[in-house]
Amino acid sequence: MATADTQTRRYQEPGAPGNAAVVNPDPRTVTGPAGGTGQGDVQTVDGQLRILTEELKLANADLRSEDRGNFCDHPPEVIKPFRAFWENFLNWARSESLWILGFGTGCGAIELRPLMTSRFDMYQYGIQGRPTPRQSSVFVIGGYASVKTMKRIVRSYEQMQGPKFVLGLGSCTINGGMYWDSYNTVNRLDHYIPVDVYIAGCMPRPEALLAGFVKLKEMIKRGECEGANRYAENFEWYKANQKRIIKNWDMPDYNW
Amino acid sequence: MSDQHTQTQISSAEVHEVFADLHTRYGVRGLEEKRADQAFVRTDRDEAVAVLTHLRDRHGYTHLAFLTAVDQIEEGRFELLYMLHNYELRHDLGVIVEIPREGDGCSMDTIHRMWPAAATYQRELREMFGIDFPGSPRLHEDFALEGWHDLPPMRKEFDTREYSERTYYARPGRTKTDTRQHMKDTIYPSEAETW
Repeated sequence: MATADTQTRRYQEPGAPGNAAVVNPDPRTVTGPAGGTGQGDVQTVDGQLRILTEELKLANADLRSEDRGNFCDHPPEVIKPFRAFWENFLNWARSESLWILGFGTGCGAIELRPLMTSRFDMYQYGIQGRPTPRQSSVFVIGGYASVKTMKRIVRSYEQMQGPKFVLGLGSCTINGGMYWDSYNTVNRLDHYIPVDVYIAGCMPRPEALLAGFVKLKEMIKRGECEGANRYAENFEWYKANQKRIIKNWDMPDYNW
Repeated sequence: MSDQHTQTQISSAEVHEVFADLHTRYGVRGLEEKRADQAFVRTDRDEAVAVLTHLRDRHGYTHLAFLTAVDQIEEGRFELLYMLHNYELRHDLGVIVEIPREGDGCSMDTIHRMWPAAATYQRELREMFGIDFPGSPRLHEDFALEGWHDLPPMRKEFDTREYSERTYYARPGRTKTDTRQHMKDTIYPSEAETW
């Protein structure tokens, strides 16, 4: 039978000696965003992962070599805040026009719809939906994120222009919720993209979502929502985490 | 009013008639009438496609409602379930086919030429259970999972919790509440006395 060997190979793969790189080391012992990441840290994790080259360019190792020239190889950079007065003014402006990326990643996206209606009326808070990441500043992760969705989440998040904010909606974004022991649902969203505000509940009511937005506004005004900068600072840590679960990484390491 | 839509138009005697026909021709066995409008039969792997074809062309079971698998790991086999529907009789007939769950035997003849949509089910079964359907289109493309390298996750020997703990970063401090006790203590304390 022609396909029998394919099947057998798939069964034996996890235990096969050649597949050691797939087995994940304990993430807690490796490195964390709080401790900061040296350049060599990620590369020593499993010996194979190279996010940055010697010249601190993106390796884009998973792209075909002929495609590599088509993509940018600059890692994201930390944007320093302006001087106090200007930054406060900008933060006020940012907090008063939060535009949501219209990407419902899970069942929680259903709670975004009532916000558009007159009953909850998110427009009074300066919140509205946008169809493309380029125009959005808020990414609402609506509940569980499967590995397959995570790939799109990473891609969309990176395409958003800073400053950008992430709301984790529902228990699943916090600790996996009722899918915590599933084979395809990530447990902690903040290991893959930086999260500013979590909204607990399964599902949270639209009022809770609005409360989360109000909280986010306060945090932005205080200058605490530096997710994009955290992402840039700990880029290799985030990237290593992402690549550990997204096995078919066929995109550039940073999606401009 | 709704009876006309929900009630089956087939009597038990007629189901037995269909079964007797299948039994004579293909050695189909194990008729189970779960409901008035739902019955299950069992057949051998080699006869399965012939049985399905016969049911579709001779007995009016023209609709493949779904195709799925049940992992009977204790008995070392998968049970493939082809659920057919007869629109005129409003009757469901499930055809159960047993296949070994290990090695080369873990494969089944494709039925995508009878029902093109079956190719999608077969892709899913290949991915989730590792069942092979030689000749089925796009069988080895990713379906629901992307870049999956482990055991097919719906096989019962796949430990999904262990995989999750190994792969995803569990947030420490997760606790478990006994639902019944919580309802007694917190939500319905007064009613709980009568439980």
